[in-house]
Amino acid sequence: MSSRALPVRVVPPGMFGLGRGRRLIERDLLVARRVWWVPLSGIAEPVFYLLSIGIGIGKLVGRIPGPHHTTIVYATYVAPALLAASAMNGAVYESTFNVYFKLKYAKIFDAVLSTPLEAVDVARGEIAYALLRGTFYAAIFVAMMAALGDLVSVWAVLALPAAMLISFAFSAVGMAATTYMRGWTDFDLVQLVLLPLFLFSTTFYPLSTYPRWLQLAVECTPLFHGVSLVRALTLGQVGPAAAGHAAYLVVMGVIGVVVASRRVRVLLLE
Amino acid sequence: MPGEPLIYARGLTKTFGSLRAVDAVDFSVTRGEAFGFLGPNGAGKSSTMRMIAAVSPRSGGDLRVLGLDPDRDGPTIRGRLGVVPQEDNLDLELTVRENLYVYGRYFDIPRRELRARIERLLDFAQLSERADERVEPLSGGMKRRLTIARSLVNEPDLLLLDEPTTGLDPQARHALWDRLYRLKAEGVTLVLTTHYMDEAEQLCDRLVVMEGGRIAAEGSPRALIGRYCTREVVELRFGPGESERMAAKLTGLGGAGVSERIEVLPDRLLVYTDEGDAAVAAVEALRLEPVSVLVRRGTLEDVFLRLTGRHLVD
Repeated sequence: MSSRALPVRVVPPGMFGLGRGRRLIERDLLVARRVWWVPLSGIAEPVFYLLSIGIGIGKLVGRIPGPHHTTIVYATYVAPALLAASAMNGAVYESTFNVYFKLKYAKIFDAVLSTPLEAVDVARGEIAYALLRGTFYAAIFVAMMAALGDLVSVWAVLALPAAMLISFAFSAVGMAATTYMRGWTDFDLVQLVLLPLFLFSTTFYPLSTYPRWLQLAVECTPLFHGVSLVRALTLGQVGPAAAGHAAYLVVMGVIGVVVASRRVRVLLLE
Repeated sequence: MPGEPLIYARGLTKTFGSLRAVDAVDFSVTRGEAFGFLGPNGAGKSSTMRMIAAVSPRSGGDLRVLGLDPDRDGPTIRGRLGVVPQEDNLDLELTVRENLYVYGRYFDIPRRELRARIERLLDFAQLSERADERVEPLSGGMKRRLTIARSLVNEPDLLLLDEPTTGLDPQARHALWDRLYRLKAEGVTLVLTTHYMDEAEQLCDRLVVMEGGRIAAEGSPRALIGRYCTREVVELRFGPGESERMAAKLTGLGGAGVSERIEVLPDRLLVYTDEGDAAVAAVEALRLEPVSVLVRRGTLEDVFLRLTGRHLVD
């Protein structure tokens, strides 16, 4: 039993005021130990993008203007955006597909709610676990960026916390959205949302490329703020706007937690 | 708190939209008792259980569980309850042992204490040899025993079992009853729902029969049989389509004090009587010559069918 308890100890009690929700993280980590290879697929995708687009297209694009009148290679420009995207992907896959399975098929939460845990604990625990998965993806990606020399500013030490914030925001909204899903076909909508977010959130080129109306639309979407925040940090262009991006993600996450808690209560505690 | 009931309900009501699933029921359960809810599907048993389990807020009336209000003290109450739901909701992604471990952690049981309890529970559920196997391939009886073991991990004051043996084969049912007897002998208070009358007679000290969200009758199995049935029942089988005609000829039995009541079913007549042999003799005296005659005890099933009717509930 001692080895069984091991993954559990990496979660400090009271993390983010999780309350009893951390018990669900213990459960999820126990399951994850058995399928440790699953997250690898999630890491592979942004890494492939970084190698193919960053390095391949980077050859065609050449050096581009960077901070403080310097120039940077294209990969250094794209990498923070891909970091933001991987933090989003990890969080969304966990908080949509996996949460839906636990909610509708495995009936995990029905059992959980007959113990002292409450709906809000279920929401917080599952969102925190999805956040962990997103963070795990992001950490590996940050390590790769460091190895490839894509972290050009000391501000980059905040890139991982920023990625965690992105994961939090998307985990929370992902779980809230999952409580409204009527069947597996609804998950096509998740893809329909994620793909344009990934492509248009100034991932591959700056906002100024777009006409004004499209700029305004992009500025309303969450991944744009995530990409902008991470890029500001890794390139060392930190200004008041960065605080605004962070605030957007915090608000989004808090709304997600509140809605997810309420919906779990409505669905399971009628 | 000696003397205070473990569960106290007055006018307890649950509505879903315009449906009154539980309609102003009164009951109380005292410590150490085995208490049953009997009733056909849709009678309101499970809704009542969910309110007691503090996972479904009541729509009206008073409810105290362990002296506390489920609306306000849900987590505290649930911390002292064991719950065996109608459908197993074991964690199929975990092993037998891990199921007990993870569930115990939901109650904040310290790891060292929990490990000791798990060994005892595995033994109790006769699952020690399957402890490190995944749950999914286990038989229905094993899963049920594991669910019961899981419900005991927090050493509950009160164990709620919603149709504990539905869907099990006879061997598995008896094995499970045996476990429940042991718990009862240890002083655990049991509250169960069932639509198996033999189960209710075997396990319950006291029970209520529910019908349409209301309580139709309350008492011990013996008392209920005494009140709503007779000591014995004679089942008379005649040829096809003859039941009605034969029943008419038997009406004299009531006047002679031999039978309290005769029920006509499509395939047989039921003569409710306190003296089965005397009733059979009276039938023979009338020279009716039934195809078969069976004298049996009055059972809770007779009570149940009398109170809730013979129509099918879907």
